[in-house]
Amino acid sequence: MSEINFSKLSEKTLMRGNEAIGAGAIRAGCQFFFGYPITPQNELFEYMAQHLPQAGGTFLQSESELSGINMVFGAAAGGSRCMTSSSGPGFTLMGEGLTTLATARLPAVVVCVSRAGPGLGRISSSQADYRLATRGGGHGDYQCLVLGPASAQELYELTYDAFALAEAYRNPVIILSDAILGQMMEPVDTDVRRRMVATKAEWAVRGMGEGPRRVIKVAPHTDEELVAWNRELKEKYGRMNAAEQRYEALGTEGSHTVVVAFGSTARIALDAMHTLWSRGAAVGLFRPISLAPFPEEGLRQLLDGGVRRLLVVEANNGQMLDDVRLAACGRAEIHHFGTGGGHIFSPDEIYQEIRALTEAKPVRGRQIREEPQ
Amino acid sequence: MTQMRIAAARPKAMTEIPFPYCPGCSHGTIHRLVAEAMDEMGITRRAVGITSAGCSVRNWRQFDCDMVMALHGRGPAVATGLKRACPETAVFTYQGDGDMTAIGTGEIVHAASRCERITVIYVNNGVFGATGGQQAPTTLIGQATTSYPRGRDPRTSGYPIRMAEMLAMISPESYIARVSVHDVKHILKAKKAILEAFRIQIEDRGFGLAEILAACPTNWRMSPVECMEKIPADIIPYYPLGVFSRGKEERAA
Repeated sequence: MSEINFSKLSEKTLMRGNEAIGAGAIRAGCQFFFGYPITPQNELFEYMAQHLPQAGGTFLQSESELSGINMVFGAAAGGSRCMTSSSGPGFTLMGEGLTTLATARLPAVVVCVSRAGPGLGRISSSQADYRLATRGGGHGDYQCLVLGPASAQELYELTYDAFALAEAYRNPVIILSDAILGQMMEPVDTDVRRRMVATKAEWAVRGMGEGPRRVIKVAPHTDEELVAWNRELKEKYGRMNAAEQRYEALGTEGSHTVVVAFGSTARIALDAMHTLWSRGAAVGLFRPISLAPFPEEGLRQLLDGGVRRLLVVEANNGQMLDDVRLAACGRAEIHHFGTGGGHIFSPDEIYQEIRALTEAKPVRGRQIREEPQ
Repeated sequence: MTQMRIAAARPKAMTEIPFPYCPGCSHGTIHRLVAEAMDEMGITRRAVGITSAGCSVRNWRQFDCDMVMALHGRGPAVATGLKRACPETAVFTYQGDGDMTAIGTGEIVHAASRCERITVIYVNNGVFGATGGQQAPTTLIGQATTSYPRGRDPRTSGYPIRMAEMLAMISPESYIARVSVHDVKHILKAKKAILEAFRIQIEDRGFGLAEILAACPTNWRMSPVECMEKIPADIIPYYPLGVFSRGKEERAA
């Protein structure tokens, strides 16, 4: 990826989270945006409609999310840097496109600004698309890299980084945001990332010219080819899962109890943590930033360092909980504090939950106990 | 010694791999026409073909140009993304009637209405071929298929969709024609339609689509010869041949 030097005085811009995603994408050299209107991602869609053409790119409103993700497929096959975005109901429709992009080894960035489900649900915030996003969203044995930002600044930076990751692994990368992050306004320092320009990929189809012909395949011709194909994908995902684990750990040193939360819930939990810390409580916060791969190495280090109790807080009925269980592998007492769609946590609710837990006697041994909410 | 000359050869835009299709299948004829059209227009080296799901998914091995496989019905969306990304390419989709007229109606309708600068080769043989001869939206009334062995009944399955006429209504900048490949005279006409469907794209005048009435002897349970007789006798009366949209027209104000 070539870079253009770009230097000016650092200044922060007040942006909505959804707009920060768009700004990060354009900064990363995104050339195409294909999308379909759905709340609560419309500000991103409209930001791209307004700003992408100004930056020399193309915005196209597709007739459905199905069509949008397949337009992404076509533009990516042509070697372009491209993205699409949606919310839960539309993101579900993109499943066939995600598995096909992964199969064809095509890079793309796909944003899901979650709303409350299931079904059509409502447009209020939730984290109920965690499982859908981290388990790929479509059929077959494939993976997507999933990043879970927790601020407008991080939405900007991780969207930018997602383009580089998508091209490095030739795989779709998902940004899992939500209605809270998308709608809230925060200052964003856009100078922390340099402007990138897309380069022509060697494997892209643009007409063979004088060279050999190229084929972007989504189906192998023989069983042997399929076996080799899956072996190659497995090897790639192994590398990706080892290298791309990201997390933030706050106040975890010396703490027996650690709260595990991502995205907007981690922001709300952080408020509760500050109250706890000001009162001298030894409780930590572990925030996964990469949701797939889940940062299991980081979590295991906490367990090695003496953490014995984990409280998973998430705005769903228990989805990241599965990943925490797998990573902890019976080495910690695991509690869950969740809320299904329709309710947004207050910092005080989380504070009370942590207080109730830390004041209770720790359970010895390898017992896993889950509190109903 | 008599002077030898080549009267007919394999088009350059076609590989040497033998066709994988059943005896009497029209895909072979249509593949050749598409390849000849690309050769004659000199666009093979900038062409990108997009396959669809169905028997013709294997045509990435037949056309000697860049190829992309698309999902069932999504060819026109993939073609849109690709053509917008690489305007210098000549993009064509090759779709069957199951692919385009059933699962892919959304994609083709909107690509046509955008007058997307792509060429669509639409092969209509009235059945789902690759999956074993189930009813397609194009299956004629009364025609027996594996999903409706007693024949298509409009009370339960509705009426066959005439795509060329429907798309011509919504695509003012387009060339849209229906042709057939049941005899030599019609094959030559089909070639002209395919050339026009490419030309309108290359000249940046609009969207090109050639609907080609085709035979599927295996799933029609007929010999190839019987199939060729069925097309003018039963199929053309419902799917009339002709040009339904020709070049740029004034868009409604």
